[in-house]
Amino acid sequence: MAIRFTVNAKPASSDLPLHTPLLWVIREDLKLTGTKFGCGAGLCGACMVHIDGARAFSCQTQLSEVAGKAVTTIEGLSSNSSHPVQKAWLAENVPQCGYCQSGQIMSAADLLKTNPKPTRAQIVEHMSTNICRCGTYPRIVRAIERASREG
Amino acid sequence: MTHAALDIALSRRQVVVGSVALTFTFAAGRVDFAEAAVVTTERRGRIVSPWVSIDADGSISIMSPATEMGQGSMTSLPRILAEELDADWSKVRVVPAPPIDEIYGNPGFGGMLYTAGSNAVRNYYEPLRLLGAAARRVLLENVALRFRVPVSELTTEPSVVVHAKSGRRMTYGEIAGLGIAVPTVPVRATPADLKPASAFRLIGHDTMRVELPNKVNGSAQYAIDVQVPGMLYATVLRAPVEGSSPELVNDTAARAIAGVMRTVRLDYGVGVLARTPYAAIEARQALVGNVTWSRTGTARDFDSDRASVEFAAAARDLRAQAAPWEPRGNANAELAKAATIIEAEYLNDYTYHAQMEPLNAVASVSPSGDAAEIWCGTQSQTMAQEAVAKVLNISRSKVTLHDMLMGGGFGRRGHRDEEFIIDAVLMAKAAGAPVKVIWTREDDVHNGRMRPLSAHFLRAGLDADGKIVAWHQRIAVDRVLPFADPVRYANAMGRDGIVMRGTEFLTYDIPNLMTEQLYRDTGVRTSPLRGVGWTANIFAAEAFMDEIAARRKIDPVALRLELLKDFPRGRRVVERVAEMAQWSRPRAQGRALGFAFVDYSNTPIAGIVEASVDRTSGKIRVHDVWCALDCGIPVHPDNVVAQTESSIVYGLGMSLMERITVKDGAVRQSNFFDYPVPRMNEIPEMHIEVIRTENRPTGVGQMATPIMAPAIANAVASLTGKRLRESPMTPDRVKRALA
Repeated sequence: MAIRFTVNAKPASSDLPLHTPLLWVIREDLKLTGTKFGCGAGLCGACMVHIDGARAFSCQTQLSEVAGKAVTTIEGLSSNSSHPVQKAWLAENVPQCGYCQSGQIMSAADLLKTNPKPTRAQIVEHMSTNICRCGTYPRIVRAIERASREG
Repeated sequence: MTHAALDIALSRRQVVVGSVALTFTFAAGRVDFAEAAVVTTERRGRIVSPWVSIDADGSISIMSPATEMGQGSMTSLPRILAEELDADWSKVRVVPAPPIDEIYGNPGFGGMLYTAGSNAVRNYYEPLRLLGAAARRVLLENVALRFRVPVSELTTEPSVVVHAKSGRRMTYGEIAGLGIAVPTVPVRATPADLKPASAFRLIGHDTMRVELPNKVNGSAQYAIDVQVPGMLYATVLRAPVEGSSPELVNDTAARAIAGVMRTVRLDYGVGVLARTPYAAIEARQALVGNVTWSRTGTARDFDSDRASVEFAAAARDLRAQAAPWEPRGNANAELAKAATIIEAEYLNDYTYHAQMEPLNAVASVSPSGDAAEIWCGTQSQTMAQEAVAKVLNISRSKVTLHDMLMGGGFGRRGHRDEEFIIDAVLMAKAAGAPVKVIWTREDDVHNGRMRPLSAHFLRAGLDADGKIVAWHQRIAVDRVLPFADPVRYANAMGRDGIVMRGTEFLTYDIPNLMTEQLYRDTGVRTSPLRGVGWTANIFAAEAFMDEIAARRKIDPVALRLELLKDFPRGRRVVERVAEMAQWSRPRAQGRALGFAFVDYSNTPIAGIVEASVDRTSGKIRVHDVWCALDCGIPVHPDNVVAQTESSIVYGLGMSLMERITVKDGAVRQSNFFDYPVPRMNEIPEMHIEVIRTENRPTGVGQMATPIMAPAIANAVASLTGKRLRESPMTPDRVKRALA
């Protein structure tokens, strides 16, 4: 019995075992590899996606949990990198190795959706779910502030 | 646009350029780095050399010899060549260089392709400028021929040759379209042909890194993203102790998982082949506790807590045998005569790279085993190909390499055996199909190759005026290079620069210096790790330096300025950072400043931290970091700042929270819950200044990492009067020190 849901506004289905983490369904079946495997334990945020509009660790979300839901991945955030967060990320030259950045961007987009004018402290609190081993944190803060400002 | 493959007369060997993939293959022979690159060829519609090609539409492709792990070399190196070519950067396309050591090898690593040691810009800078200048010279000579004017009357603007006297111009694309008539012999540029720094249009100017657009929309391709037709998935449960093997394997539970095909016994672990990645991960988990490992491996009884005590005892026992490292003067004689001798001990724990992309690779092996194709993120294309060739007993030329972007490197992906690639090769061979091997984060931690445990015993001899006349440091530490890269170790005549660099203090006025390494061959897996030996050695030395300043009752910054009396570049970064931080200004209650300096491979860098300590929890908080560095000409200034931010954060983690412990030879930590790394809520404000000088560029990829631990320890000493002697300075250690 396949699980049906949408990914980036397109219908998707999977007949993988129900407990399979959404992460692997997205990456290997749907071939949307922008969502990354980092820890498999909800500790680093590299796998962050949006489910019904709110951020979620795709490595901690079982396939069965997304039945009928709308999943958005980095590939679906915009069709041409035009989301304000993506534009701000380039303006501030945020990424280094880049591996965590899809997750960072999905977390940041989630923040600005619910809180368009976050304070510095709110940014830090929200973004501390996501690890960046390259230490791009000061640029992430600047980029979120820019995206908030420029919309 | 289509191009037929063509042969180019290239000095003593042949190059074949395939039009689509721009791949190069070579016949036997030898062409050196510079020689290969200056040759161009006559070919209508295109100018080609191994390093740069120009199409009739004006587009320019430049090879990038360094692999990209976030450090920015993929942009910086082609930009250096483009500068002297006087290329219009907007028309430049960067192409990863094919793995041909003779042409693209790193001059700083004996000509192998290896991206490490903050060494790419430093070592490629001059050769790439000469190559760009030579290519420009070819363009000029051809225009001179067509315009019937002397070359000396021609100049260039970005991608245009200009004859000012007649007002005529010819774009690089037009020249390529007309075809190249000269030269008939290779052109070689000399330093006299190079631009003065004042004429630079690209070097020293900021640009967006070439791969950045792909890193904000999910399209950047790492090895873990590769899929090839018919590919299977694999995991490997590796022996917890290096040198141990599986004996009894009960794989019943593993094989019962839907999607699992079978297990594969390897010398060093048990592999699982599966149709899906998660089945492979689940089956690996199901093997835990179901494999009996041999009681082999040097490290099998190793305990890092016990070892830290034993290492320290050996370091302070002056009779214990030790190997000297770059001594000068006669430290022992001067210590015997010194008016005052100050002694101290420091300790550094094992730490783990924690690159965000867990190790992985994709491999395909031909049915007869005589050829392989690999997709991987590696710091060394040379090592990757050679490791696979060795394991399959085939020639390197039979290994096709696709080097992918790396989700972090930090030294983890440049080991001679490239064991994570070999996993994929062995599993692909067993499967008879392409295989993607994915390490879980737990695999990545358990099989981490660590910055080694080190115990430092230091002695300084001061004369009657307080001047340091002799310096003696003994370091009990694993040898890293014999494990990480036996080939380089042999080439280095058995010297282990990975752990010993950073003890020389060549720019400090210390006339007599002796450093010694006490080899601890524990068998624990060790590795170069960002900041390498410098991080441990500078923690010990720069914290000790503050102890000396305290004994002399002088300001720590004044002591460094005294020691740097013959090194103006060093004094300048120290003076500047002191100004930036307002070193003399008293801080708020409960806050204090700490200072550290390092001349890291000719990049002098000074840092000051402002810190506080929560005496109840023992947690140190770093509020601000000021940092000034002089890396010579900053090729890509904003990237210098980015790398400095990055190396500060990396150093912060190693100083405060990152600690690997080993028991019975096995790593005890397993994921980010017990190996925490810095998160945004732990990051200080960073104030970085790149001091521009005309010196040749030096490294920037890790230079701030070593200043963090001593600066933090010095701040805590200033604040509490207590000296922290162990890195990381974890809350329990801080509480113990303050008790």
